[in-house]
Amino acid sequence: MRFPLFAASVVLPVCVMASPALAVNPDDWNAVLQAAQGQTVYWHAWGGDARINAFIASVGDDLQARYGVALEHVRLADTADAVTRVISERQAGRDSAGAVDAIWINGANFASMKEQGLLFGPFAESLPNWALVDTDANPAILVDFTLPVEGYGSPWAMFQMVFEYDSAALPEPPRSLAALREWIAGNPGRFTYPQPPDFLGTSFLKQALYGVLDDPSVLMGPIDDIDYAAVTAPLWAFLDEIHPNLWRQGRAFPPNEPALGQLLADGEVDIGFAFNPGRASAAIADGELQDSVRTLVFEEGTLANSSYLSIPYNAANKAGALVLANLILDPHIQARAQDPEILGFQTVLGMHLLDAEDRARFYALELGIATLAPDQMGTGLMEPHPDWMTRIAEDWAARYGTGN
Amino acid sequence: MALRRPWALPPWGVLGLLGLPVLAGLAGVFAPAFGWLPALGAHQPNLDAWRAVLGWGGLPAAMRLSLVTGLLATVISLALTLLIVATWQGTRSFVWLTRALAPLLALPHAAAAFGLAFLIAPSGWIARALSPWATGWDRPPDLLIIGDAYGLALVAGLVVKEVPFLLLMTLAALGQADSLRRQMVARSLGYGRVTGWMKTVLPAVYAQIRLPVYAVLAYSMSVVDVALILGPTRPPTLAVQILDWMTHPDLAMRFQAAAGAVLQLGMVMLALGLWRGAELALGRWGRAWAANGGRGLAADLVLRPAGAAGAALIALTVGLGLAGLLVWSFAGLWRFPDIWPASFSLRVWSGQMAALLPLTRDSTLIALGAAALALILAVSVLEAEARRGPAHPRRAMALIYLPLLVPQIAFLPGLTTFALITGLDGTIWAVMATHLVFVLPYVYLVLADPWRAWDARAGLVAQALGAGPGRVLWAVRLPMLTRALVIAFAVGFATSVAQYLPTLLIGAGRVSTVTTEAVALASGGNRRLIGVWAVVQMALPMAVFALALALPALLFRNLKGMRVS
Repeated sequence: MRFPLFAASVVLPVCVMASPALAVNPDDWNAVLQAAQGQTVYWHAWGGDARINAFIASVGDDLQARYGVALEHVRLADTADAVTRVISERQAGRDSAGAVDAIWINGANFASMKEQGLLFGPFAESLPNWALVDTDANPAILVDFTLPVEGYGSPWAMFQMVFEYDSAALPEPPRSLAALREWIAGNPGRFTYPQPPDFLGTSFLKQALYGVLDDPSVLMGPIDDIDYAAVTAPLWAFLDEIHPNLWRQGRAFPPNEPALGQLLADGEVDIGFAFNPGRASAAIADGELQDSVRTLVFEEGTLANSSYLSIPYNAANKAGALVLANLILDPHIQARAQDPEILGFQTVLGMHLLDAEDRARFYALELGIATLAPDQMGTGLMEPHPDWMTRIAEDWAARYGTGN
Repeated sequence: MALRRPWALPPWGVLGLLGLPVLAGLAGVFAPAFGWLPALGAHQPNLDAWRAVLGWGGLPAAMRLSLVTGLLATVISLALTLLIVATWQGTRSFVWLTRALAPLLALPHAAAAFGLAFLIAPSGWIARALSPWATGWDRPPDLLIIGDAYGLALVAGLVVKEVPFLLLMTLAALGQADSLRRQMVARSLGYGRVTGWMKTVLPAVYAQIRLPVYAVLAYSMSVVDVALILGPTRPPTLAVQILDWMTHPDLAMRFQAAAGAVLQLGMVMLALGLWRGAELALGRWGRAWAANGGRGLAADLVLRPAGAAGAALIALTVGLGLAGLLVWSFAGLWRFPDIWPASFSLRVWSGQMAALLPLTRDSTLIALGAAALALILAVSVLEAEARRGPAHPRRAMALIYLPLLVPQIAFLPGLTTFALITGLDGTIWAVMATHLVFVLPYVYLVLADPWRAWDARAGLVAQALGAGPGRVLWAVRLPMLTRALVIAFAVGFATSVAQYLPTLLIGAGRVSTVTTEAVALASGGNRRLIGVWAVVQMALPMAVFALALALPALLFRNLKGMRVS
């Protein structure tokens, strides 16, 4: 760790008057590269996974070698910590020279920062590597939870919910919400989901909404326009029905995705789920999950979303952050992220947009033992409007989270 | 003018130095609680946040849970501590026991909680050891042990950490309470060991450990990390709920979080008031009890083994929990009900090696600086108090403890803003200074009572022999209080190492420590990684504690009067 002892104590008004950061123009890429030289980019990203941390460190090595930009991964326990930081800075009037240069973000955190004007941009569509991003095949990456991204975040990985099950204990797993409902009734104590408002837990509720609604199209709009109580009644009926037969009779829930994964590894549940389709394979490769685990997607489809890299409005090293955002879309780095031995993330690049050599990089990757091939991934369901996530998490807490 | 000497800094100076960040932090809680947070465009004071908090359906249950688990953990920890000391002080086992328990103080709360969780979970080590041969389980049983609705697992997690703390505090106090002679007189009058100790030593000792007990109570009610790991979730404790609100993506929830934090502060005050009331009532009853002449010999038959069992259980629980984490850090696949992993590997350790050295170095630097500064400030305040006598603003010094009473998650954004305005964030020095805000109360806490209980006659003798106030301090008081000083330093060091949120927010990501790394990795719930970092996180303060315990013994090996046994 380095000690930039006095870097942050530079007198503020000077920064405001003459900050080069304000002059960064993503459309003038040569100037960006020049300004980025020698900068250190502080990327605030969740640090709870050793594989992801190692991947980010490897991106840092490339960033230094190719562009002379240093990367520091600020390891967060929660993305909200970085959001707090930016708010505090705005409160203190530090509108430039902010500490957060880049954030790994999506969903409600993104919506909230964009709405509060805390993000720099638009920049994503000015990145040179943007030309390789396949927005025709994956239009969903332009829309984060139904909100247009509008260039305020650069998509760099796609995720789709997959269910993980132990094929040794469960040769015939349920392949739809209806089948899961039946299976839970017959196998009490062997399924659970993370407690909302955890991201994955709330995602399960949204997945369940898709399964119980006759017309899921209402999910694409805000909830003000509809009869919310009537629309969600089948969801609560579903939960009321399954809860007594969940792990711990639904009296406790695991806190998050890793905890759910640990339950699967400990044999406390037979079915888990995750947003990274490659998670199970990577965990098996590391000896953290039994090699009999396989993944599946529901017949009606599963939720899909993307991760973005965003730059706060007051970032001190915007040029460096832009170079980082561009580098992450580089075919080398994207192929590395998709390698099941490394992360198993789905690339956002279009194969037909790459040259033959880069394309070969992707085709050479083997799927992990538990990972589905792209043509087996079924339908990717669009994330509902962020209102839904917020509201159903609140209602869940009111119904099941208050001990009444 | 002795008072002008730097080591006799006027207490108002120290209060100003610390009061400013404390007040900034508090302002950062109270203002948004009443609807004022300009960064979010809120300029109109209102009570919306309070309406939202009071309208939350889980509030009664969450408050009850915080209050009950906090009080229960404190009562059990104090009772166990006193029982251990009363039954075993003066024996060889006691020396052994304190040596076994003291290092636990260095253990971060979260690591102890993870260790405990792995031990008692239905898929944990105890269940594995008994399965399937005794229990018939080939899959973990579906039992709610971790996160039970009453918070019993949470209480257990707190007790295993607070007993070593209180034990060490008591140990520091014993020397100033003339405990062995009191005990000897009581024994020679025919009192049982426990009853005699309770009647003669406890009144002198409790007065000295009162503040640490209050700190334990406030901490137990506000703790976040242990409650996240072991506590119930439907609803969680109030402190955890505040964290949820504070980290909610909807920024408007921060107002609610601030109001919750003010409520939490009020609840801690209420609990402290209750505790104080109980002290007074028990004190009155205790005087009558002490005067009734009961020798309580029979009580020893039950209480002595109970004290030993309690101490052994704690040492064993934490020891096994840690051993479990250590095994996990080397484990390959480890399925239920295997008692050992199917394979071992160095993969996780070697993956973390590159980060280990620099982080350990920075943590050590920050902790050494913060603990040393805190010790100097605490000594200067206490010495000034001793010299000024009644003119000393003793009550105002209570402000020092505020950082221990306000939930960190609510207090810190205000402090961060303060650091930002002054442009002091993002450096190792700023982090050290912030740690000082949290380290000083503990150092002061550990030092104040032994300092005040120091037998001033030793100073009078020295003065009669011609020593000035400075020489009395350096040549008599400080050496006589060496044990309390080194323990205070060690506690300060451990406190600094364990700081997560202050390091993260004030360090602005520029400063990382073993704890920021450990907590970030712990959020992934990976037992192997948690094992690695818990071991590292513990090793640092543990080394300092070992020194703290060994140093007085070494320095005074030839001075009989300086020994406490």
